[in-house]
Amino acid sequence: MKPFSTIIAHELRLALRGGGDMLTLVLFFVIVGAIVPFAVGPDKALLARIAPGIVWISAFLAMLLGLDRLFHADHEDGTLILLRQSELPLSAIVAAKVMAHWLVTALPLILASPVLAMLLAMDLETFLRTLMSLLLGTPALAAFGAIGAAVTVAIRRGGLIAPILIAPLSIPVLIFGVGTITATQSNAAMLFLAALSLMAVALAPFAAALAISSAED
Amino acid sequence: MSIETTPKQSWWNRIANPGQFVAWTGRLLWPLTILTAALFVIGLWLVFFQSPGSTPNVGTTLRILYIHVPNAWLSQFVYGIMAVSALGTLVWRHPMADVSMKAAAPLGALFTLLALFTGSLWGRPAWGTFWEWDGRMTSTLVLLFIYLGIVALWRAFDDQLRAARVIAVFTLVGAINIPIIKFSVDWWSTLHQPASVLRADGPRMPPEILTPLLVMFFAFTFLFLTLHLKAMHTEIKRRRVMTMQRRAAQGAES
Repeated sequence: MKPFSTIIAHELRLALRGGGDMLTLVLFFVIVGAIVPFAVGPDKALLARIAPGIVWISAFLAMLLGLDRLFHADHEDGTLILLRQSELPLSAIVAAKVMAHWLVTALPLILASPVLAMLLAMDLETFLRTLMSLLLGTPALAAFGAIGAAVTVAIRRGGLIAPILIAPLSIPVLIFGVGTITATQSNAAMLFLAALSLMAVALAPFAAALAISSAED
Repeated sequence: MSIETTPKQSWWNRIANPGQFVAWTGRLLWPLTILTAALFVIGLWLVFFQSPGSTPNVGTTLRILYIHVPNAWLSQFVYGIMAVSALGTLVWRHPMADVSMKAAAPLGALFTLLALFTGSLWGRPAWGTFWEWDGRMTSTLVLLFIYLGIVALWRAFDDQLRAARVIAVFTLVGAINIPIIKFSVDWWSTLHQPASVLRADGPRMPPEILTPLLVMFFAFTFLFLTLHLKAMHTEIKRRRVMTMQRRAAQGAES
């Protein structure tokens, strides 16, 4: 477990010291959510009704935006080649990086979500459900994102293509994520969301590792 | 038990050579084209002269069915071909599997687009709308996005040989995901819509509709097979040209 935790610690240290990337992402999340009322009008009832969707879209976009740094920087400066030399299998390294990625991108968004909830006139119960659905759903987004980032790691202009690839795959996460908050069968949606996250987190590291090793051969 | 070490010259190994592949399958191309054309002639004749022009529940737009259903079937069949080819790339590293995968992607996107297009043309008179967020339509739209993403991915790579393995991984990830997407979209649309317009136990088909449909179904499937084979040959030739150009450039330098 030592190398595994070392990689997580290394990623966290990089994120915390590497300038305001984390804060920028949180800012992006809040700004996207705050821009919607300007587009649809300040009608509180309407905003409260579409708030769960807005929060999920903002989180989704913010996670897509953060994808680029998952493997790309490591690929450019050669860290990825060094990591592949280690005795830890590449899939475990990818899993560690996905966890670290979730900690530095998704967790700050979840912590910032009360701000959006307030701006969008959510009531307390809806907000708690939103929090729950974000906690359950963002790991799946991070895992799918890892596949997208791995597939595009060797492409110079990969930044634009990864979101195009990942967005269709993430549709079930959005459906069940918003379903957890609003649908009549919200408990079923919550269970599906949890199952989706578990499956994605369990399988994505293998697929991503395979893609990385094929791309770098 | 002894282990056989001599390379086997099975047809499977032989078609791994692009030149051999083109030589072998080139002979298939004309018969396939003729078969496709014949099926289309028979199918269209059946559609226009033998099939009833309208039925009580569908109306006069029935004939769109004969184009729409085969395209919708191909939109999924082509993905199946791509997934099998992806397995061929990853497991056996078969060079022709790469080519098959690459040639199938734009065709799949095209057939999916045609399925959506004919569907919306049909939907306008039948349901009064071009687009409905119905489960089946929505998942076909998502499938189109996946196809287009794969086409974009092929175009983004410079090195096509390396691209093949990476895209094979993505294709298989997509293949696992498509049933999940289908299920989630169905769950979502039944939640939002009181009842779907298209019922699974819809009007049972009389034989005079079923026969033209089946013929058209085979016609379109063979059309895909012909186009796929031709696209594979084109791709092989394109790669050969690229290699020759690279070699020529190297020769010019030295």
